Amino acid sequence: MRRRNKGMYMDNQSYSISDVMELCLLAGKLMLEGGAETHRVEDTITRLAMNYRVETINVFSTPTAIIVSMREENTPSDYTKLVRIHDRSTNLQLITLVNDLSRRAGRDRLSLQEARNELLKIQKSPAVYSTLVHIIAAVLGSGCFTLMFQGSYADFFPSVLAGGVGYSLFLAFRRFVSVKFFSEVVSSFTIGLIARICVHFGFGVQLDKIIIGSVMPLVPGLLITNAIRDLMSGDLFSGLSRGAEAFLTAFAIGTGIAFVIAAG
Amino acid sequence: MLLACAVSLVASAAFSVMFNAPKKSVIPGGVVGMIAWMLYIGLPAYFHASQVFSTFVAAFVAGAICQVFARIFCMPVIVFSVSGMIPLVPGGTAYDTMRHLAEGSYNQAVQLASETFLMAGAIAFGLVLSGTFIPFFLKRLRKAR
Repeated sequence: MRRRNKGMYMDNQSYSISDVMELCLLAGKLMLEGGAETHRVEDTITRLAMNYRVETINVFSTPTAIIVSMREENTPSDYTKLVRIHDRSTNLQLITLVNDLSRRAGRDRLSLQEARNELLKIQKSPAVYSTLVHIIAAVLGSGCFTLMFQGSYADFFPSVLAGGVGYSLFLAFRRFVSVKFFSEVVSSFTIGLIARICVHFGFGVQLDKIIIGSVMPLVPGLLITNAIRDLMSGDLFSGLSRGAEAFLTAFAIGTGIAFVIAAG
Repeated sequence: MLLACAVSLVASAAFSVMFNAPKKSVIPGGVVGMIAWMLYIGLPAYFHASQVFSTFVAAFVAGAICQVFARIFCMPVIVFSVSGMIPLVPGGTAYDTMRHLAEGSYNQAVQLASETFLMAGAIAFGLVLSGTFIPFFLKRLRKAR
């Protein structure tokens, strides 16, 4: 995204272009870590920078890195910086807060210092829901999805069990193992195993429905949606890499389940 | 019918919690998911629409509601669209594909795989179409008022 500043900006404070850069990169980093689509990240960074004496700005954002190049007014050279994004999760609250801040910065004419303080506060703010609430949500989601895919009522409890255990295992593994693929394979394998054991002992009827419902919390729904969004809005690079990640996740889930099915 | 409504509402709301959505948006996200799911199962049952077409319609309508909700609640569209799309994700057919692959019946697997891709494409197309048209329409509406 490239834009030229036409508006007015606040000039009553002393700050250097590198401060503006820091602010923009932190905002972009937070949004990408929350799983925002590329277009929105670039838009937020541009919107923020436009408030602070920036003449032109170019932003290139991918799921793993952001490059920003900006030029201060009345200076001949550009200033460019790169930030790497290492862990990506899904945090819609983070996206909402940062997006809100970028709009407020222009409307309420926040100074650079104020904007930075707010951003740091957002970065430090605790998660909206505790891990326990996440697991309860996964349990409810798995059970409901089993019913939605025409599972019988007898299948509700096995899928609650399998979904809860699978998702807890996924969260635990993700904390200690850096390879996401591994934790997905292990947890989907566990889900398949639990479902199979339940059906074997007459606790639940349809194996397929139980597995589909319990696997849903692991399905890369946001990734798929974002990948397609990115591709359609012309961010081909991000779209392809997000698509690859989504495919890898789906493949991992499939592998874990296939182990259980192929076992007999 | 009422049960399907309730179940899809709870499921979609649970997914918005798992995605750390702001507390205010959990119930609206669930409503979007519910509407998407009712269209998805209702259209084939009452109008004999094909699975892919009803996925498309459900994605389009859910996307449109997301655009409206995003303006009402002053939040990014993605907050609502994620939980709205979750019920439409072709998890069932993807699973069947996988199972047939694991069992070695490749012909059926290919058939199911193409169906899965078509449904994923229908979600994308519906979402993008509503993302293009609805903001334009809403802008016109606001100007007219």
